[in-house]
Amino acid sequence: MKIRLAAAAAVTLALTACAPSTSAPAETATDGGPTTGALKVWLFDEPNRAPKEAVVNEAITEFTGSHPDTTVEIQYIPVDTRSERFKGAFNDPSSAPDVVEYGNTDLPEYAAAGGLADLAEVEKSWSEAKDLSADAKASATYEGTLLGVPWYLGVRALYYRTDVFEELGLKPPATIAELTTTARQIRAKKPDMYGIAVGGKYTYGAMPFVWANGGELTDLDSDAAKAGLETYTDLIAADNCPPQNCADLTGGKTVELFASGKAAMGILGNFNRAAVDAGVAKGKYAVVPLPGTTAGSVAPAFAGGNNLGIMKNAQRPALARDFLTLLASGKYQAKMYDAMGNLPTLKPASDEVAAKDAFVKPFIDTIGAGTKFVPLNPGWGKVDASAVLPTMIEKVATGKATVDEATAEAAKQIDEALAK
Amino acid sequence: MTRNKTRAPLWLLLPAAVVLGGLFLYPMYQLGLLSVLDFTQAQVSGGEPTRFVGAENYSDLFGDPRFWSVLGATVVFAAGCVIATLAVGAGLAVLLTRISRVPRLLLSVAAMAAWAVPAVSGSTTWMFLFDTDLGFVNQLLGIEGFNWMYDRYTAFALVGAVVVWASFPFVMVTLYAGIEAIPKSVLEAASLDGANAWRAFWQIMVPILRPVLAIVVIQSIIWDFKVFTQIYVMTRGGGLAGQNLTLNVYAYQQAFASSEYGRGAAIGVVMMLILLAVTLLYLRTLRRSGEQL
Repeated sequence: MKIRLAAAAAVTLALTACAPSTSAPAETATDGGPTTGALKVWLFDEPNRAPKEAVVNEAITEFTGSHPDTTVEIQYIPVDTRSERFKGAFNDPSSAPDVVEYGNTDLPEYAAAGGLADLAEVEKSWSEAKDLSADAKASATYEGTLLGVPWYLGVRALYYRTDVFEELGLKPPATIAELTTTARQIRAKKPDMYGIAVGGKYTYGAMPFVWANGGELTDLDSDAAKAGLETYTDLIAADNCPPQNCADLTGGKTVELFASGKAAMGILGNFNRAAVDAGVAKGKYAVVPLPGTTAGSVAPAFAGGNNLGIMKNAQRPALARDFLTLLASGKYQAKMYDAMGNLPTLKPASDEVAAKDAFVKPFIDTIGAGTKFVPLNPGWGKVDASAVLPTMIEKVATGKATVDEATAEAAKQIDEALAK
Repeated sequence: MTRNKTRAPLWLLLPAAVVLGGLFLYPMYQLGLLSVLDFTQAQVSGGEPTRFVGAENYSDLFGDPRFWSVLGATVVFAAGCVIATLAVGAGLAVLLTRISRVPRLLLSVAAMAAWAVPAVSGSTTWMFLFDTDLGFVNQLLGIEGFNWMYDRYTAFALVGAVVVWASFPFVMVTLYAGIEAIPKSVLEAASLDGANAWRAFWQIMVPILRPVLAIVVIQSIIWDFKVFTQIYVMTRGGGLAGQNLTLNVYAYQQAFASSEYGRGAAIGVVMMLILLAVTLLYLRTLRRSGEQL
């Protein structure tokens, strides 16, 4: 018996010794490494990737021209599974890429995981770094460390159907209140259309309503936030966009609805232009900034966008730096605008595209009026993953909870997630 | 001498023990270990040291009212799916024994096809069929605009139908094999004594098939309790306001999507214990009724 106990204890000890695997943190480096060979780059896949790929290939040709004996291997990773891919790359240095494109909302999670390299040195040596606005730099900075170069921005504004507005004698709304009455008027006169396409899972469409009323995502049970949320959830109703059809719509679905002519208005991004132009709405729409609570004001938009970063595990940091600064340069930012409609983050490039394309104006105006961002906290990833905001909106929209109940629950979950 | 005799079987068991230990016990041990650690992405990539938190993951979980409501929904949903799968599978198995060759072949092929369809493709196809505006079913019934996923119960019913559709073939084939093995003379004797099909099924086939049924029931419970793909795909990750969450999807959402592996492991351990308890309970009732498995 004693022997058996001792053996059991020994086995237990031996087993406890093998704790779960943890890889050692790599040294921060944006210099050194081989200057020849294959540079591995991860960029996001897009629904219409060809134009993006063309611009990137141009950059590769220029890069390999000035860097002999190098090749650039681009992998386009699906946006849906990026999280798993990045986690994998952080955990397994040998399969990690050198340069990565990542969404600025993912920054805190990646930063907390310690996967991205500090780009302070890159910024110092890069001549165009001075053209980055403070706002843009802030969206790539986590706890004082610059972990990415903002590559492009995306903001949402109000798309509306000019033909429908003309037919019904309507004017683009100047306030949120006007927006809601206009939407209901359209639905009343054209019952087969939604006034404005809104969705329970479209949180970036709902956030401006909260912000315009002076609410904050970290304080959702405040009166201001509740008022904004209620305006949004009231739109998911039979007199605009019935809950049966709209309660579980994602942002992408609202784009489809607007593009296919099923909705007279939509809160769409500058990056959705191609999708809208591919639908029946082509040539029959205009864009204005999403109005705020008072006439002439603009509801703060969510400052979405993607950064370019260098992995801590990168095997060719010096090459990575050169490729990153080339792809993020004003020249290629302007080309990316032409190809994909991505708003440049460098001032000269943004001025250049604004001068030649009137379409950008409402979006640049929206950025000028001030944008907002989700809390830069690794806990926000959890809020996102556990669908706190969509659940809150859907509960109210389907009548499962009152605004007070739903916001109280969401505020509690957000507080808990951010406090960790 | 006696010592050697008792030891010999142990050595013979060693190869099996090594395989089971490596594939089974070690992962289970790791799961248990993870569930008592604060283990997030930061720990995996070495940004922060791993921290022992004792039962914190479990107390967090049990203190979360959402967990209990999801657990309740999972149990009811799984029970419904198991009963429906068995009913459909057993009914069709009996049917298979009574029809002629060609229809039997057709039914078997159709069932095998449903079984062979990958869960993601199957779920997606069903979603197309039941699409709110463009779905074949809605057009057939003339209810365009009816969203099957809007109401909690129609959503669960539809997902349940897909789960049953994909899992009844296993039940059907297994039971059909079992029924074919029943001596014809017994069934003949029963029919001579005036037993109709219903009675013959309950009083002849079921008792003889009990061991086969046990396997089928336990398999179904385990499958349906752990259902993930159908819920995840068809209700887009848990339905409106999370009304269609089941334990596995909840674990994924709460733990893996948000990189809280410790918490995910705790949910995994809880699920494993529940399934273990259900299986043991079922085996015990079988033993009591005098069956050896």
